[in-house]
Amino acid sequence: MTRRNTGKDKLITVALHVALAAGLFFAAFPIYWMLSSSFKSNTEIFALPPTILPKAFTLEAYEAILGDPVKLRFFFNSYFVAGAVTVLTVLIALLAAYGFSRFNFRGKGSLNTLIISTQTIPPITLLIPFFGLVVSYGIFDTYVALILTYLVFTLPYAILLMTGYLNTLPRDLDEAVAVDGGTSWTALWRVIVPISLPGIVATSVYTFLLCWNEFLFALTLTKSTSMRTVPIGIQLLMGQHAFEWNQMMAMSVLGSLPLLVIYLVAQRFFLAGMTAGSVK
Amino acid sequence: MTRQKRSHHKLKRAVAPYLYLSPSLIIIGLLMLLPMATVIAYSFQNSAVLRRDPSFAGLKHYQAIFADPVFWASLWHTLYFTCMSVVFHMTIGMVFALMLNSDRINPILRNVLRVLYILPWLFTAVIIAVIWRLLLEPNGVVNSILMQLGIIGSKVEWFSSPQTALHAVTFANIWAGYPLFMVSLLAGLQGIPKDFYEAADIDGAKAYQKLFFITIPQLMPIIISISLLDFIWTMQVFPLIWITTGGGPIYSTEVLSTYTYKLAFSSYNLSQASASAVVILLISLGLTLFYIRYQRAR
Repeated sequence: MTRRNTGKDKLITVALHVALAAGLFFAAFPIYWMLSSSFKSNTEIFALPPTILPKAFTLEAYEAILGDPVKLRFFFNSYFVAGAVTVLTVLIALLAAYGFSRFNFRGKGSLNTLIISTQTIPPITLLIPFFGLVVSYGIFDTYVALILTYLVFTLPYAILLMTGYLNTLPRDLDEAVAVDGGTSWTALWRVIVPISLPGIVATSVYTFLLCWNEFLFALTLTKSTSMRTVPIGIQLLMGQHAFEWNQMMAMSVLGSLPLLVIYLVAQRFFLAGMTAGSVK
Repeated sequence: MTRQKRSHHKLKRAVAPYLYLSPSLIIIGLLMLLPMATVIAYSFQNSAVLRRDPSFAGLKHYQAIFADPVFWASLWHTLYFTCMSVVFHMTIGMVFALMLNSDRINPILRNVLRVLYILPWLFTAVIIAVIWRLLLEPNGVVNSILMQLGIIGSKVEWFSSPQTALHAVTFANIWAGYPLFMVSLLAGLQGIPKDFYEAADIDGAKAYQKLFFITIPQLMPIIISISLLDFIWTMQVFPLIWITTGGGPIYSTEVLSTYTYKLAFSSYNLSQASASAVVILLISLGLTLFYIRYQRAR
């Protein structure tokens, strides 16, 4: 494009940068405020006028969280449940995606539609029957209850993501295995899995995030403090120490770390998962 | 290969996809379709879940819900919350995507800003709720800035006054959700062929003409499908409202999900809660059908 170096043109560029700065303030200030508050004392958080940088930088909030076994347990629970669900989801979804991607069979179209539509089932609708089932099978307040119920929500996304990825891989590769007399099962593990690692990583990342963020089921299907996950832990902290804002912010920072780390390290995989449901 | 072996191989090919799909189908069947049938059954029973031999209630629980003014208020709040969220997610997402896509900014700055603009998306609803509670505390930083600027005269209790609570939770949700649009539209913008703009330049088209006659029509499929998904998902929001206001004060931020949750787990009226959950399910399914038909038509 030809750029006329006129005054009007410069003005547009300046206006654009002002708008970009305003956008940055809108997007990032709340997060900056969380971060800086987590390094403040409780009295400084509400100081007037507000202090943009912590005046008396302190790690007391982090010490209080990391020194408390009850709170560490929230983190363990979140990592454990999310990790277990991720492993199960990826395995099961990989098989289903392989079926969808490499075979033609009766009912394929309707099954695909079924899986797309399960993405939009409201969690609150399933919560009441889940509660009934979990109580009647005696798994209320256990990891099993969380892992099983989370699977229902992670699986549809994971299948769609994995199918999308497998569809991008050339079929010649696994057909070569079939020509050599190998079964589709051998083709899956020898050929498909090794070259699908990017797809598997993207699926794992997204599944992990869905579990890490889950609130409603964790709130309702667990009861004892030792079974609670991080989101519920933050809510409990809010109820018990409504004025310990610095601790709540420190816990929020610690609770966001996995997402931030994954995002910064593996942005490509992260975005692949986040937009999976929406962009075909 | 002998003929027998070949037909055996063929059979295996025919059965294989069902075997690969079976673990997923069993899980979806047992943990999604069966519970959906169960919740529908509950909604027609008296004392569902709580009693072993519940009696048939007919449409009683649906009538109770439709006669409850709090249900209608919740439906209205859900609509307001959802429509405002989707419209602003789309607008902000579009503006940010267009700004980032402009060739007037330095590529390094573009990449840095893209990472930073996505930030709100990385936070769990609970954490977003806690952040906004801190920001909007009566003694918090937002009030302090607004008072300095002279926009408000005295401290506003954003989340605990019935006049502002619904707007405040909606605002927090708008902040949290625009990056989905931004990321998708940015990807869409990069997919528009450059020739379109070059041809428009030759014809002497103005910037706004290019926006309305090339960019927006090209992005329309993305805008429609993301809006539908965003609408369905926003309608189901629970934790953000639960943590910031809990549906209060005096039901002013009660939405369908908090209304249903309270019926089930505060008043233990699981039958009526099931009826309400079925209503939410039907609304979602209607929108989902629409979404699927749209995706098919594409």
